[in-house]
Amino acid sequence: MAPALWIGTRKGMFTLRPDARRRGWKVSGPQFLGHVIHHVVQDPRDPKVLLIAAKTGHLGPTVYRSGDRGRTWQEATRPPAFPKAGEGEQGRAVERVFWLTPGHSSERGTWYAGTSPAGLFRSEDGGEHWQPVAGFNDHPMRPQWAPGNGTPDGELTHSINVDPRDPKRLYIAISPGGVFESTDGGADWKPLNEGCAADFLPDANAPFGHDPHCVAVHPHFPDRLYQQNHCGIYRLDRPGRRWVRIGRAMPKKVGDIGFPIVLHPTDPLTAWVLPMDGQTVWPRTSIEGKPAVYRTSDGGKSWRRLDRGLPARQAWLTVLRQAMCSDARMPGIGLYFGTTGGEVWAGANGGESWRCIARHLPEIYSVTHAV
Amino acid sequence: MSCTVRIPSPLRSYTGGAARVPGEGGTVEEVLAGLEQRFAGIRFRMVDEQSRIRRHIRLYVNTAEVTALSHPVKTGDIVHVICALSGG
Repeated sequence: MAPALWIGTRKGMFTLRPDARRRGWKVSGPQFLGHVIHHVVQDPRDPKVLLIAAKTGHLGPTVYRSGDRGRTWQEATRPPAFPKAGEGEQGRAVERVFWLTPGHSSERGTWYAGTSPAGLFRSEDGGEHWQPVAGFNDHPMRPQWAPGNGTPDGELTHSINVDPRDPKRLYIAISPGGVFESTDGGADWKPLNEGCAADFLPDANAPFGHDPHCVAVHPHFPDRLYQQNHCGIYRLDRPGRRWVRIGRAMPKKVGDIGFPIVLHPTDPLTAWVLPMDGQTVWPRTSIEGKPAVYRTSDGGKSWRRLDRGLPARQAWLTVLRQAMCSDARMPGIGLYFGTTGGEVWAGANGGESWRCIARHLPEIYSVTHAV
Repeated sequence: MSCTVRIPSPLRSYTGGAARVPGEGGTVEEVLAGLEQRFAGIRFRMVDEQSRIRRHIRLYVNTAEVTALSHPVKTGDIVHVICALSGG
């Protein structure tokens, strides 16, 4: 049976396959043992194609491409790289390729990559050659938008979303830096952070400098965006520009801090988050050691705790922003998440019940489902 | 100038497993350019897009550490590429 899940880890890539009744799961791999795999993405326009965002151990960033569903791989001929700086100038160098997004369905072969330091790159040949998106990378405001005050893994470009109605409308997120929108295919960009808190900035109404952890555009209702931010959970209904903090409806003792946010494949009112502890020194582990997923089915007016099957105590899980996904092929919508402790959990029927389907893997960076 | 380049194990996937390969050039820059022609992609693993030697890579010509790619190479020299691996 073909892989159902692609697992990117700090030490390589693994795949998970269910048996016919999805009772047992088989781990295969690793591929790229020893390489840091930030993201594995299959192309919905051509499922034979997969791309991997990799940092090859100590050897710098690159992208690998498969044209046969992951059986064989080739390295990009021209990986994402900034232009060579002029004489006497301090040029930027890509430290890691962190995020991959397939382009619009009408633009076969087009992909976007987000990097650290903050950069956006585009390929028009299926990931073989990458060019900088100069409209963002060289934007006059970019040094202020993304001044290099990064996360422990650097300043990250992620959550690249392409409006399914319009290949020229793009959203990206910089952590930290904020959410940015382009309506002209990346030639120009504007911040899109109104309404988002940034407790770490002196100006409560700062137009940028925020820390979006994960931003998702609904695939069938692309005027609806959801965001898990460093400072709360938000929803934005376009053409509006002001995010609404729907995380206010979460239980007070749980809060609304976390990394991933996952949308229902068809219902724009349903989303899932996995809250983590954002108090004091930011442990970023399950609240009180009791992991739970929360689901809203009404666009964020209310949230329901889903923890059946998850450990009841002393489980200090951390789940990173690429490490949770939904899968419409499972009955009632399946959910998956991977932990930094190397476990993969599957939630049946929209997360109503959970079970661990893999453990002892390296630190998990991404969990994506096959198409 | 003909030299020998010693390839560390993390880079041997580019050289077909070879630990030593012949090099040509009067500077390290030219030697790396020659390697890139034969083993596509290998230079970017050692040197970033700003021509800076990557943080965990060390280059030596014989026993002299290379701090600039203009470092001269003479016939018979050995160019050592070393991966300074660290961390868990």
